Amino acid sequence: MGKTLFDKIWDNHVVSTLKGGTDVLYIDKHFIHEVTSPQAFDGLRKRNIQVFRQDKTVATADHNVPTINQHLPIKDDLSRFQVQKLTDNCKEFGVTLYGLGHDFQGIVHVIGPELGITQPGMTIVCGDSHTSTHGAFGAIAFGIGTSQVEQVLCSQCVLQTKPKRMRISIEGELNPGVLSKDIILYIISKLTASGGTGYFVEYAGSTIRSLSMEARMTVCNMSIEMGARGGMIAPDEKTFNYVRGRKFAPKEKEFDQALKYWKTLYTDKDAIFDKEYTFSAADIAPMITYGTNPGMGVEITGHVPTLEEIENPKTFNKSLDYMGLEAGESLLGKKINHVFIGSCTNARIEDLRMVADYLKGKQKADHVQVMLIPGSKQVEQQAISEGLDKVFAEAGFVLREPGCSACLGMNEDKIPSGEYCVSTSNRNFEGRQGPGARTLLASPLTAAACAVAGKIVDIRETLDL
Amino acid sequence: MKKYESFVSSAVPLPIQEIDTDQIIPARFLKATTREGFGENLFRDWRYLPGNVPNPDFILNDTVYGGEILVAGKNFGCGSSREHAAWALYDFGFKAVISSFFADIFKGNALNNGLLPITVSPKLLDEIFEKIETNPKSQFKVDLENQKFTILDTGKSTSFEVDPYKKMCLLNGYDDIDYLLSIQDSIEAFEANQVTF
Repeated sequence: MGKTLFDKIWDNHVVSTLKGGTDVLYIDKHFIHEVTSPQAFDGLRKRNIQVFRQDKTVATADHNVPTINQHLPIKDDLSRFQVQKLTDNCKEFGVTLYGLGHDFQGIVHVIGPELGITQPGMTIVCGDSHTSTHGAFGAIAFGIGTSQVEQVLCSQCVLQTKPKRMRISIEGELNPGVLSKDIILYIISKLTASGGTGYFVEYAGSTIRSLSMEARMTVCNMSIEMGARGGMIAPDEKTFNYVRGRKFAPKEKEFDQALKYWKTLYTDKDAIFDKEYTFSAADIAPMITYGTNPGMGVEITGHVPTLEEIENPKTFNKSLDYMGLEAGESLLGKKINHVFIGSCTNARIEDLRMVADYLKGKQKADHVQVMLIPGSKQVEQQAISEGLDKVFAEAGFVLREPGCSACLGMNEDKIPSGEYCVSTSNRNFEGRQGPGARTLLASPLTAAACAVAGKIVDIRETLDL
Repeated sequence: MKKYESFVSSAVPLPIQEIDTDQIIPARFLKATTREGFGENLFRDWRYLPGNVPNPDFILNDTVYGGEILVAGKNFGCGSSREHAAWALYDFGFKAVISSFFADIFKGNALNNGLLPITVSPKLLDEIFEKIETNPKSQFKVDLENQKFTILDTGKSTSFEVDPYKKMCLLNGYDDIDYLLSIQDSIEAFEANQVTF
C-alpha cells in the first residue's frame, strides 16, 4: 500500500518507538522566540547541559516587541526583560538570534520561509501553535509547549504520538474576491474548532495547487484553529522555485540533490487517509467570523446563526454576549472602529501588495484606526522599495515595524474593550486582541475594504469585477 | 516532577465548551520567565471585572465550589500552545481536568506538568456536572495507577485512557528529558544515517 506525504516524512524521522506507540521524532529545525523559551533554557541550566544542535536552532524576537520605534529601548519593563533574556540565553547557549534591529528579524513563521530555512521534507517545531504555517512547503511542522522546547534543545527530538491522517481537497476555480484566508475560514466553519483534533491534515486539490506559496502558508497557518496538529501541502514547482536562491536554501549541486528528494514528496495514489473531505471552490465566498472561536464564521453576506441552527446555546449565547451581537443578525453594514492587518497568517509581501493595490486612490474612513504590521524586516523593506508605504500613507494607513502585535496583544498594540476590529489574524477568542476587544476575522482584502468603508462590506461590491 | 498519587477531592464545574488557552491565561501575563506564579492570573478576564474586582458570577470566586479537579466542556485547552495554561492550572491547585475532549497540545503540556487530563464520555461529563450542581461538595476519586475515576457518592467508576509511557513518567515523577538524555547514542546514530543537503 502507498504512503501519504505525511507518513513519508514522519517515518523518515523516527529514531525509535516506545511501548505504547510514542515515537522519538527527530527535528530538523527548531525555531524559538522570547515568550515560550526562557523556562526551557532555565531547565538546561539546572541540568548543566548544552544545546544539543546549535546549528538546527534559530531564534527571533516577535511576540512581545513594539511595532514603533524598535530602535529605542522597549518601554515596558517585563517585555524588555523577556526580550533581553532571549538575547542572553542565545549568547550563552550559542544559538543564532535574529533579534530586534537585525535585517532578518520578524514573525518566526514569516522569516523561516523567506530565509529558505524552511524546506520540503523537514520536521520543524516551535513553541507556537502556528508553526503549522511551514507545512505549506511539504514539511511536518507543529507547535509544542515549553517542556518540549526543552526536549528539543537538549536532544533535537520530541516524544510524540503519531496523529491520524486527514485530507482536505478543494477543487475548482476560486470566485473573484475570494482569497486563501476565505478558504481556510470556510473549512474551519464546516469542520468546527475541534474537527481536526487528533489529525494531521494534507490540503490538496486543484484550488490548493493554484495558490501561491504565500497563500498556501495562510491555509496551513490556521490548521490549528480546527484543532489539527498541523497542515501540509505537497511541494511542487512553485515550492521549489520559491525556495531556490534563498539565503539558507541548498545551493547548486546540493540544491539539485535536494530537489531529487523533494520530488518524491507526495501522497501515493493508493495511500489511505483516516478521514477525507472534499469541497468545491465555487461554494466559497468571502468569509467573516462573528463569534469567539475561528469555527464561528459565515459568508460575509450571511447572518449570525439563529438559536435553532446551533447545538450548544450556552456557549453560543456567551459568545454573542461578548461580541455584542444578536442571533440571526446580519453583519453587513455593521460599524467598525479598528482594522488590523498583520500576523503570521497575513503579513507577507503578497498580502501587503494586495492591500496596497486595492487602496490606490482610496482613503480609510475617519473613525477607523488601522494597524498595518509587516511580518518581517524583509517584508517591510520590500514594501518600502516597491513604494507600497506611500500608497498606504495616502490611504491613511501607517506601515509599522514587524512583530506579532495586536494578533495577541502582548505588546501595547491592543484593541479597546467593546470595540470591533476586522482582523487578518487567526484568533477571535475573548480578549485575544485586548481585554473586551471584539475581533472579526477576515481576509486582507476584506479588512482593507472595511477600513475604507468604516463598516463591514462585501469586498465583491467594491471591486471592478 | 512530583510523583502523581491517587487522591479524593471535590470538583469545580465550568460547563463551557471550547475554552481556549487565552482564557486560561491571557497573553499579557506571559511575560514572566519562570514557571511559577501563573495561578494568580488563571482565568483572569473571567475571574475579575474591570478594576480588578472579583467577578461574583465566576465559579472560582464562589466559595461553595472548590477542589483539585476542574470539570470543563469539550475541546478544553484549544488555541495557543502556551504551556503557561497548564502551569497556571497547576499553580492554582488543580491536579486533574475532566472533559469529554481535550485539544492535543494542551493535553501534552498538562501531562508534562503533573496535571492529569481525564477524558470521559459526553454523557458522563453531564452526569458529573449534575452531580456537582446537586451537591457542590460531591467527592471524586482520581486513581491514575488503575486508570479509574470514581464518583464516590454513587460508587460509579469509569476507566480512562492514558498513554502508558506518560503514566509511567507521572507515577514515578520522571520527565521526558531524563529519557531523551539517556538515548543520546541512538539519536547520534540516527543523525549519522540521515541524508542532509
